[in-house]
Amino acid sequence: MSFDSFLQNLANGISLGSLYALIAIGYTMVYGILRLINFAHGDLVMLGSYFAFYGVSMFFLPWWAAFIFAVALTAGVGVVMEKVAYRPLRDFPRINLFTAAVAVSFLLENLAIVIFGGRPNAFSRPAFMDKMLNIGSVTFVSYTPIIIAVSLVLFVGLILIINHTKAGTAMRALSKDIETTGLMGVNTNKIIMFAFMLGSSLAAVGGILWAIKFPQINPLMGVMPGLKAFVAAVLGGIGNVGGAMIGGLLLGVVEIMLVAFFPSLSGYRDAFSYAILILLLLFRPTGIMGEVQPEKV
Amino acid sequence: MKLNRNTILTIIALLVAVLLLFLGESFLNPYYKRILNLCAVYAIFSVTFNLIFGYTGQFSLGHAGFAAIGAYTAALLTLSPAQKAVNFFLKPIIPLLQNVEAPFIIALIAGGLITTAISLLIAWPALRLRGDYLAIATLGFSEIIRVLLVNMQSLTNGALGLKGIPGYTNLFWSWGALAVCIFVVKRLVDSSYGRAMSAVRDDEVAAEALGVNLFKHKMMAFGVSSFFVGVAGGLMANLISTIDPKVFLFTLTYQIVGVTVMGGMGSLTGSVISACLYTIFLEALRPLESQFSIGSITIPGIPGMRMVIFSVLLLMVILFYRKGLMGRSEFSWDGLFRLFKRITSKKDEKASEGKGS
Repeated sequence: MSFDSFLQNLANGISLGSLYALIAIGYTMVYGILRLINFAHGDLVMLGSYFAFYGVSMFFLPWWAAFIFAVALTAGVGVVMEKVAYRPLRDFPRINLFTAAVAVSFLLENLAIVIFGGRPNAFSRPAFMDKMLNIGSVTFVSYTPIIIAVSLVLFVGLILIINHTKAGTAMRALSKDIETTGLMGVNTNKIIMFAFMLGSSLAAVGGILWAIKFPQINPLMGVMPGLKAFVAAVLGGIGNVGGAMIGGLLLGVVEIMLVAFFPSLSGYRDAFSYAILILLLLFRPTGIMGEVQPEKV
Repeated sequence: MKLNRNTILTIIALLVAVLLLFLGESFLNPYYKRILNLCAVYAIFSVTFNLIFGYTGQFSLGHAGFAAIGAYTAALLTLSPAQKAVNFFLKPIIPLLQNVEAPFIIALIAGGLITTAISLLIAWPALRLRGDYLAIATLGFSEIIRVLLVNMQSLTNGALGLKGIPGYTNLFWSWGALAVCIFVVKRLVDSSYGRAMSAVRDDEVAAEALGVNLFKHKMMAFGVSSFFVGVAGGLMANLISTIDPKVFLFTLTYQIVGVTVMGGMGSLTGSVISACLYTIFLEALRPLESQFSIGSITIPGIPGMRMVIFSVLLLMVILFYRKGLMGRSEFSWDGLFRLFKRITSKKDEKASEGKGS
């Protein structure tokens, strides 16, 4: 492989990885606080891209307004989901919470089929994202650096929120112990809602960028990215936001590179990520950045 | 053996069940038979998930993959050589399997055994993980199995799937397999092994301190459960007669989890009831998705509507009926009589109240 095509693949891998990372953050934040695998998170990705699609094609909004509208609406769906389906079950066995997530996921997917129709729609990119860029002898489509840049800005912003604001501190406290944090005067419901809002917005951004990269949207498009992002979150150490970013990037780059180096294995591409995950879990059962929790007796 | 009331009732109920199956098999139309068969297949899936999660507490999400192994094994063993030649037109099947054709019972058992072998191979490393990590690892294995099915063309015919599988599954096979499955699982959970499994579920550390071999009991639950998942997969293949890797997406596992939770974690009765309700309910809603007309008004079908209603119902059950339909309780004759007594005594009370006033 030439150095140029290596760079091209690397850029491709990083952009795919940042999408995984954006989605993985939502999984990891919710898991960190509620210990819930929110399988409906992948469907928020789908909703984000559909809202943007309809914002442009039905309400004739300019692309930036449509994107903001989509992110806000998806965040709203995330908050409602938490309030209706997850909050009443917070103190019940975790299997109930998990099943609620499965039910919400089925519901969102099939509502999307009912409302948006089962046929795929073509998502049109804003024109400036469709240009070919030549840097030296390497060629990119302009959305690749845009995806990476947007994700980078969001990562930095999120880390600032988590580490330097009151809400972020409260979120970190919640992930250690919900009850005690509540007793110390934190409004736990509000903070959990905030976490869902943040996670869902990032999922929506991920969905819009996903649709820009793979411009065909359908009601089940969130399933695979969602699962991969979840794998990324576990890879990085679930509950750890930094870990989700690292896990996502790693997964994206490894996936693209393996196919680039061994084209004959491309049919097995989807199996790689799971194989990597299983291998890692066997040697480091809590992921790359995960804390080892001592067993309580 | 002393014949007490309950044993006699059980024997009578079994005879009635056999009679009903016989009547159903000879008089029902194929569509209803298919639904009843599917009920049994889903009930096996749900009962086995209950064994692994409800009784042993191991959150395994590998059911879809395991069912796929059973289904493909049984399908490859029951397909006639001629039909195999029709199926494998892109890439010839490996010569070893080309001319194999086994009786149904052997195909089912082979499916079960191969599924058990592979699942134990997977469980051996995976069971060191706990809770959600076990869940994601088994989910990963299940998806890997699916990707392998797509890619191993000369064994599985890849994404095209297998068509024309003989429809050997009838009510006797499916409900018979369910009966055997329930019998084995019930005997297992009521044995000392089963007690140990429940101990593992409730507190691994305490169980280990009391001398329960965690690994052995988890493997046992896993093995027994996957055997029947494999058999159910084989029944399913011979029921729907066309299988491809997409049938065994992880959403199948989610459905099984949903059905089991709806029935009640740790109740086999609940699993069976819930599986039957789920299957019949989804079929009953099928008209919603196809065009129908009332008088002169034609209402177009709404694809996806069935699952919308199902997921809302599932959510309702979880939110308002948190222990599922049966909780942890099982059907028993004594329980049934108690229920009768309670109903009749209530009637008596009402009757006497009525007289008093």
